[in-house]
Amino acid sequence: MSDAVTLHFDVDGENFTSAGEASVQVKKTLRQMGFPPDVIRRVSIAMYEGEINMVIHAGGGKADVTVDSDKIHIVLADKGPGIADIELAMQEGYSTAKDNIRSLGFGAGMGLPNMKRYSDHMQVESAVGKGTTITMDIYLS
Amino acid sequence: MTVEALADKLSLTTLCMPEGDREIEGGYCGDLLSWVMSRAKSGDAWVTIMTNINVVAVASLTDCACVILAESAEVEPAVVEKAKSQGVNLFVSEKDSFILCAQIGALLS
Ligand SMILES: Nc1ncnc2c1ncn2[C@@H]1O[C@H](COP(=O)(O)OP(=O)(O)O)[C@@H](O)[C@H]1O
Ligand SMILES: [Mg+2]
Repeated sequence: MSDAVTLHFDVDGENFTSAGEASVQVKKTLRQMGFPPDVIRRVSIAMYEGEINMVIHAGGGKADVTVDSDKIHIVLADKGPGIADIELAMQEGYSTAKDNIRSLGFGAGMGLPNMKRYSDHMQVESAVGKGTTITMDIYLS
Repeated sequence: MTVEALADKLSLTTLCMPEGDREIEGGYCGDLLSWVMSRAKSGDAWVTIMTNINVVAVASLTDCACVILAESAEVEPAVVEKAKSQGVNLFVSEKDSFILCAQIGALLS
């Protein structure tokens, strides 16, 4: 097997209009590497939701994606406000998004649940006032 | 049916059509981006009233065949530019989402 492919992105929290850029780039790379559509779809959804969350809730962050021989590993880390109650935040429909964000089509409270659903393994680490790090794995069968 | 043929049949206004020969395989209607992101399928015609630039990212990630903006929703030129550069077919129509979906459904069946 060749070495793992790694991708790094700085996700800009100010520039709302470029939100999703990292996810689109990852999708393109996976497609070029010849991954099956189902894997690409799951990575795209999980990564996009995490990327958007860093933009709308945390003022940006960093995304690191590692493509290994047996899995795709995604780490999304931010220094935002953190999540006080992770269990609550994971519930479908729960959102603290403000009206201006909702008017753009975000804030359905489906992001974290989608990330959980479309990844094989997900871990949320968060400290209030310090930030949030979300790790996701999508296994390659 | 191709995207170009659908646009013609529904008299859609073309904002950009970088991949007009793509085949339409189904459709999806919705404005909540997380919802669309997890439900729309590759090859769908996506009908929405959302026009902000994030629509292009969602269209690109879901690999939908085209986006149809309903009710003459106004679009910033930057959104059209982005769509063009990402190979996303983008149209606008004066019809509402219900009418558009009904007509697309009839054309596909
Ligand atoms: N990176 C993050 N930093 C701080 N809070 C977050 C982060 N991600 C999610 N949250 C919190 O969890 C809630 C639920 O997230 P999510 O399911 O993606 O729904 P939505 O983004 O639509 O609000 C958010 O409304 C927010 O309060
Ligand atoms: Mg979210």
